[in-house]
Amino acid sequence: MISMPRIISPHHAQKIMNVVLWGVGFLAIVILIIIIGYILYNGLPQFSLEFIFGNPVGSGESGGIWPMIVSTFYVTFIALIVATPLGVLAAIWLAEYAGESNLVKAIRFAAETLASIPSIVFGLFGLTFFVVFLQMGFSVLSGGLTLALMAIPTILRTAEVSIEAVPQSYKEGSLALGASKWQTIYRVVIPAAIPGITTGIILGMARAIEETAAILYTVGAALAIPMSIWDPARPLPLHLYILATEGVSLPNAYGTAAVLVLIILIITISTNYLVEKYTKKMMGR
Amino acid sequence: MENIIIEVKELNTYFDESHILKDVYLDIPRNAVTSLIGPSGCGKSTFLRTLNRMNDVIPTFKKEGTTLLDGKEIYDHDVDVVDLRKRVGMVFQKPNPFPKSIFENVAYGLRVHGNNDKKDLERRVEASLKEAALWDEVKDKLDDSAMGLSGGQQQRLCIARTMAVEPEVILMDEPCSALDPISTTKIEDLIHKLKNEFTIIIVTHNMQQATRVSKYTAFFLHGEIVEKGLTDKIFIEPEDKRTEDYITGRFG
Repeated sequence: MISMPRIISPHHAQKIMNVVLWGVGFLAIVILIIIIGYILYNGLPQFSLEFIFGNPVGSGESGGIWPMIVSTFYVTFIALIVATPLGVLAAIWLAEYAGESNLVKAIRFAAETLASIPSIVFGLFGLTFFVVFLQMGFSVLSGGLTLALMAIPTILRTAEVSIEAVPQSYKEGSLALGASKWQTIYRVVIPAAIPGITTGIILGMARAIEETAAILYTVGAALAIPMSIWDPARPLPLHLYILATEGVSLPNAYGTAAVLVLIILIITISTNYLVEKYTKKMMGR
Repeated sequence: MENIIIEVKELNTYFDESHILKDVYLDIPRNAVTSLIGPSGCGKSTFLRTLNRMNDVIPTFKKEGTTLLDGKEIYDHDVDVVDLRKRVGMVFQKPNPFPKSIFENVAYGLRVHGNNDKKDLERRVEASLKEAALWDEVKDKLDDSAMGLSGGQQQRLCIARTMAVEPEVILMDEPCSALDPISTTKIEDLIHKLKNEFTIIIVTHNMQQATRVSKYTAFFLHGEIVEKGLTDKIFIEPEDKRTEDYITGRFG
């Protein structure tokens, strides 16, 4: 072998890479802080009891955003109670029962493709299928179901990976004690995969809660609090979009954005905390 | 003639095309310890896993021949694998407690077989942990995760978990190979304590361990049993040259 003259010594290369990698990591945090900080800086001054718990006046140039907060939770809740069981059950099937046939490969490919389809396409599908064809109209239900379709692939893939990561030795231990395959899955595999499955659900939820394009054509734009799943609604991202693009009120748009960001932060941080606590209890520190 | 619990005749097993066990004949006496020795890859573990049908999960596994438990073929269509594994328990090479509390690990087998009586579970968990000589070390932290125990404690927990469902046979696949010498001694003491109540079949790479714990020994080589019989006999005056070479450490 011919030895090449070194341009740079390994020692120096290590030092340079340390700086580069730390720098990149630091940059990611800085960008996040700048975005969140900017939104909170502009949005927090709008906060008042009336803004959070009041009804909008006019089309939102003043008054509050309570109906939008309710709409957000309502639509996201519908999306999750539909997407979670479907996504998790499909993940269990793929990870534990399906094996490796061409059909299974096709299903995995479909799930991956579904996850990368632009949300506006989901919105159009929701409009033609739920709103028009199934005659659900512009409603919480149409919007929630459209968001569910978007969340399913995220939940499915994350849950599948975490179920596959459960060590074979746990399963063998359970089977050797006379447990059936299904008992093994729901008593050992799923509890061990719960942290990963929860992460998947939160990712799916985050995708649903912040989504605008997919609900643009499905949920309507009503300013009143939706009283049932058949009522139209206006979740926060949609309200924000309308406030900003139609020039209704930029300060209120920032206020709305701040509420949305805070909701997502609270949900993510509290779930992380609970998952960590669960993992600690399960793994004994 | 001793009381035989497991009778294996003309056993052949395959994974795909590869022929693992070849015409194996072996009788396992009841309530005694039998060691399976032999170099790695000789089929000892496959033999063990044939006896509780753990090989069934591997799609390419194929088995021919007779494997009787108390005179009943365990591969018959009317045999429920769940019942079989209740009667034939297994302890693995690497301790594999579930990521659950110590209590729930031992109660697991009882729960999957439908026992949900809290008082009864508590009684049986305590009895099993005492039998596995682990009770004094864990009695104050039954709700802690089993993953926080040391390797040796985890392995005794796995033995307690197996005993809790009251099997007749316990299969042990190199149960000490991942443990330090002190933990190994504890497991061996435990095997001595259990040998009159359970039939124990233990795979081991440790010749001293085989002589210490077992009354009977079978020597496997390339999927065949070269020699079998009383441990004392095999280790003191082996009949086959290959057995002698193996136990004196000339190969393997």
